[in-house]
Amino acid sequence: MSLAVALRHRQGDFTLDVDFAAPEGVTVLYGRSGAGKSSVIGAVAGLVRPEAGRIAVGARTLFDSAAGTDVPVHRRRAGVVFQEPRLFPHLTVRENMLYARRVTGRRGAGALDEVTQLLGIGALLDRRPRTLSGGEASRVAIGRALLSEPEILLMDEPLAALDEARRAEILPYLERLRDHARMPILYVSHNLGEVARLATHLVVLEGGRVVRAGPPETLLADPSLVHLLGLREAGSVIAARVAAHAGDGVTELSISGGPLYLPRIEAEVGTALRVRILAQDVLLATKRPEGLSALNVLPVEVVSLRYGGGPGVTAQLRAGEDLLLARITRRSTDALGLREGMRCFAVLKSLAVAPTDVGGPG
Amino acid sequence: MEALGPETWQAVALSLRVALVATLLSLPFGIGIAWLLARRDFPGRGVLNGLVHLPLILPPVVTGYLLLLLFGRQGPLGGLLHDLFGITLAFRWTGAALAAAIMAFPLMVRAIRLAFEAVDPRLEAAAATLGASAPRVFATVTLPLIAPGIVAGAILAFAKAMGEFGATITFVSNIPGETQTIPSAIYAFLQVPGGEGAALTLVAISVAIAMGALVASEWIGARIARRIRG
Repeated sequence: MSLAVALRHRQGDFTLDVDFAAPEGVTVLYGRSGAGKSSVIGAVAGLVRPEAGRIAVGARTLFDSAAGTDVPVHRRRAGVVFQEPRLFPHLTVRENMLYARRVTGRRGAGALDEVTQLLGIGALLDRRPRTLSGGEASRVAIGRALLSEPEILLMDEPLAALDEARRAEILPYLERLRDHARMPILYVSHNLGEVARLATHLVVLEGGRVVRAGPPETLLADPSLVHLLGLREAGSVIAARVAAHAGDGVTELSISGGPLYLPRIEAEVGTALRVRILAQDVLLATKRPEGLSALNVLPVEVVSLRYGGGPGVTAQLRAGEDLLLARITRRSTDALGLREGMRCFAVLKSLAVAPTDVGGPG
Repeated sequence: MEALGPETWQAVALSLRVALVATLLSLPFGIGIAWLLARRDFPGRGVLNGLVHLPLILPPVVTGYLLLLLFGRQGPLGGLLHDLFGITLAFRWTGAALAAAIMAFPLMVRAIRLAFEAVDPRLEAAAATLGASAPRVFATVTLPLIAPGIVAGAILAFAKAMGEFGATITFVSNIPGETQTIPSAIYAFLQVPGGEGAALTLVAISVAIAMGALVASEWIGARIARRIRG
């Protein structure tokens, strides 16, 4: 089943005009604030009525301006996780979680146990929302939406209000959710770290339009999107597998381009992971460097060089079957005589890769 | 203070009955109109708001006289009620309840409206996405959240209804056992020599009832607030 969204909506002098599909898995709707991401969520949920368009889940039409279809919010079966948890203050966590059952009379067998386990909120059930931490409240809100037995899940920057530590606490749960829930999840974000961790499909919005859509591995490694994604945030995502844990705290991963040494990752040998490598953390050398503290030196081939208006150049590199990005200066590019097709070495400090840049495979 | 005569007791019992009936019967309307004023934009909203607040600004005697014109046996509404349902309001305790309800209505609506405005509409939107229809959202989210406002509004209305004098005496007169509430009884006692004692007793009872209502409302309000805040 897939969610198909085509809509046009005007808000003041801003026009949203998008057309995309969200297959099963996590489709991240990425764009800067004001790109119209939340309006898309609102329109799919039925909270915002677009001027024109069509929204359908599989064969079920939720909205069709031409046919005059507009299914009311409470019949859309679209679970929404908002930016704020929006828990009902007069109900306990358990009552919040079971709210959808209470108002719809549907009964999912044993689902409460399953969801509380998935999200790690079993111990919170008798608490009141007021007594929860931000991260706990977010997880309860996600659980509440899941227990409404939705056909699609809409998440509107559910981590935006949380600090870095709380984000890191919730991301693993979202990865598990992605890997367990067999439904389209539309996830709005302007955080590339979340995109890299969660996305199985990526839709990039700018100025109310879809600029690009496709697999995140391809889009995140595309130099032409770097200006949109943010120079300091740009980086590619590559698939990896845990090969060994060394006694000195270094974990060896195997990627298609060779071994990758990172600070200890708490995962068993053989576990599949995805690793995000920021473009600004990658150095280039024309000869294999010696006497260097950086642990990772990967042989790569320059696929393309993209010159911006400023002093920087974005190089797209191929390491085995994976694509990497490197941000270097125009001066270095000239000094090294870099050109497309050239073989050279990419250097990466182990510690440059933050623990939050490593996640489940997706 | 002297021992209470049957007339005094009657006045106390009648006042309680009038105030209770006035409060309970006007509560659904109070909630409905507070909701309209807080949540809906419609033509005539300003007029409705003005009408609701009118009894607060008009001299009570004027309100009472208007009620008499409308609901008297010869009045357009009074005649209709009498012919269709056999209900007479003028010079009956039911009329006293109507007068009290109308005089107390602005206070009730104000308190409940404030409570409506304090409810975060985003919570109601969240409830809808979880599958709750509009009436369900109202019953399961909005109503519990405005409960303290409803209690406050009801207590205010009850207290106001207990003390209503001007509109009541104009509309339903001052008939012992039928329309003589505590205020009218105090007024009547003060008109006759030697009535100060009975009047003082009623004053003391009034103060006690008012204090009791206030304490009860504080207690109920605190309990509900605790339940809502968790």
